[in-house]
Amino acid sequence: MEAFTTHTGRAVPLRRSNVDTDQIIPAHWLKKVTRDGFEDGLFEAWRKDPEFVLNKPQYKGATVLVAGPDFGTGSSREHAVWALQNYGFKAVISSRFADIFRGNSLKNGLLTVVLPQETVDRLQKLVEADPAAEVTVDLVDRQVRAEGISADFELDENARWRLLEGLDDISLTLREESSIVAYEANRPSFKPRTIEV
Amino acid sequence: MGRTLAEKVWDDHVVRRAEGEPDLLFIDLHLLHEVTSPQAFDGLRKAGRQVRRTDLTIATEDHNTPTLDIDKPIADPVSRTQLETLRKNCAEFGVRLHPLGDVEQGVVHVVGPQLGLTQPGTTVVCGDSHTSTHGAFGALAFGIGTSQVEHVLATQTLPLAPFKTMAITVDGELPEGVTAKDLILAIIARIGTGGGQGYVIEYRGPAIEKLSMEARMTICNMSIEAGARAGMIAPDRTTFDYLQGRDHAPQGADWDAAVEYWKTLRTDDDAVFDAEVHIDAAELAPFVTWGTNPGQGAPLSARVPDPASYEDASERLAAEKALEYMGLTAGQPLREITVDTVFVGSCTNGRIEDLRSAASILEGRKVADGVRMLIVPGSVRVSLEAVAEGLDKVFTAAGAEWRHAGCSMCLGMNPDQLAPGERSASTSNRNFEGRQGKGGRTHLVSPQVAAATAVLGHLASPADLSDVATPAGV
Repeated sequence: MEAFTTHTGRAVPLRRSNVDTDQIIPAHWLKKVTRDGFEDGLFEAWRKDPEFVLNKPQYKGATVLVAGPDFGTGSSREHAVWALQNYGFKAVISSRFADIFRGNSLKNGLLTVVLPQETVDRLQKLVEADPAAEVTVDLVDRQVRAEGISADFELDENARWRLLEGLDDISLTLREESSIVAYEANRPSFKPRTIEV
Repeated sequence: MGRTLAEKVWDDHVVRRAEGEPDLLFIDLHLLHEVTSPQAFDGLRKAGRQVRRTDLTIATEDHNTPTLDIDKPIADPVSRTQLETLRKNCAEFGVRLHPLGDVEQGVVHVVGPQLGLTQPGTTVVCGDSHTSTHGAFGALAFGIGTSQVEHVLATQTLPLAPFKTMAITVDGELPEGVTAKDLILAIIARIGTGGGQGYVIEYRGPAIEKLSMEARMTICNMSIEAGARAGMIAPDRTTFDYLQGRDHAPQGADWDAAVEYWKTLRTDDDAVFDAEVHIDAAELAPFVTWGTNPGQGAPLSARVPDPASYEDASERLAAEKALEYMGLTAGQPLREITVDTVFVGSCTNGRIEDLRSAASILEGRKVADGVRMLIVPGSVRVSLEAVAEGLDKVFTAAGAEWRHAGCSMCLGMNPDQLAPGERSASTSNRNFEGRQGKGGRTHLVSPQVAAATAVLGHLASPADLSDVATPAGV
């Protein structure tokens, strides 16, 4: 996983709540067996509308998505994260994320930042008024900065460390091999097995 | 202090606990399907890793599978490639697979329980958000992303952040004609799509205890639509009776030891939940959704709400956008909404009890002219059971289409889709924009409401059928 320390870029305001993962990447895109090539599927239905914010030339090349509350609800599809990254987003800001989406993001190095709705509103207003305004998402200092805005955000220390270092979860867990073996040795015999009977 | 059911199951699976780090949890059962696993197997291959516990892993094909002509090659080459990829991966890594055409094939969340693999006190994961279904057995079950699928394949564990606990207590008794689906839709409308965020919900109380395992699965299945990490119901006699004798249920001395353990899986009297919600079952009625998220629902007797009635600005905007997408007008009675398609199936309502319930209403009646009704059993086993009971004949006599098992129109990854602007009454779990096909409009309903709606052509409950004559000799 690519490490995330700090990122500065232009931002897109997405004024919708409950953006579910079916909107982020529709199901017919999930037939692909790779982790890339999802950029054209991102918000596919909405992008058919020329007025959709991502279609506006002034937001071309933006790398931070400032979204409404409850972003990433619904399906567990990690393809939603890959689609955002394939398109070029490095960070998503919202007042609330669905759990699975957030977990998936952090595993792929897409930083999801939770800020109070009032701050999200201010950021959206800022980039609506000035699409060229830059937003900095600083994981080292756990802070989002833009013109006239400076907001601290929370992220648990362990998740932050993994992101800052770009660490692979599986390698970290495999260091605990002896604990896993010890646990397995004590599992009751009545626990189910999938071996065909 | 006492512990809740969820905390007990969690504690029993901690492989490693360290200050400032997420607990490392052992996973008892890992379910796989074709959509969220290819990139995970690819990751293993690139890192030269194996599947650590093939004996705790099982795969089936469900999302892409057609429900017609299953003996012919799959027409969509991309769907075919995905299924072939799963077959290759399972063969290479030694994972048990029930492919299309196999008697144990079906929607992954129907297959696990019916094989007896889903058991109380286990941890169950799958790269699918509706894994919460398995919580009906008192299992801690949750959906994961593909990176986590790879993690579980490689290590049979997951590092997991702590959760909060929520009790949803349903007092009283569900009125006649009110089902588990109506109850869970009402709960989501009440707490909202983000109301369960960060929580494991335990459903409890007299109305829950009376529910069958099928109905409990419907409830837990939709926990994710309230944003919850998982949903659980304490195991009891109903759970044990369902499991006994199934292929993978414990046997002999193991059965006794298991039941003894399972009986301990109840929230202690002095345990404290982080949040509590109380619902009076007696106040509930058939419930349907009018909007584009599962929290946008109302009793069938209500009207489409006026967005202006919402105080919260983002809810108001969401309601406006939903009405526009759904082609509805504020104040329109929900009962007057006509549908083109009725879908009975999915991991929410594709089990035998759901099919029986829909068939009992369709028996001797006809699907309304111009309405297409699809019946898609949750698994081949469910299908065989329905055929043995003659339910398929009831459906086809009524003019419904009897299909092969799979996820089908719940998410329209196979050819079963809504056309743009088409409207459905669907027993599935998500009414998101385009979920059942580009431009399709979905109303979530119970199997009973689905059947009554199919007969009348507009959203309706079985009670509305009293004046529809049952033609003699049909």
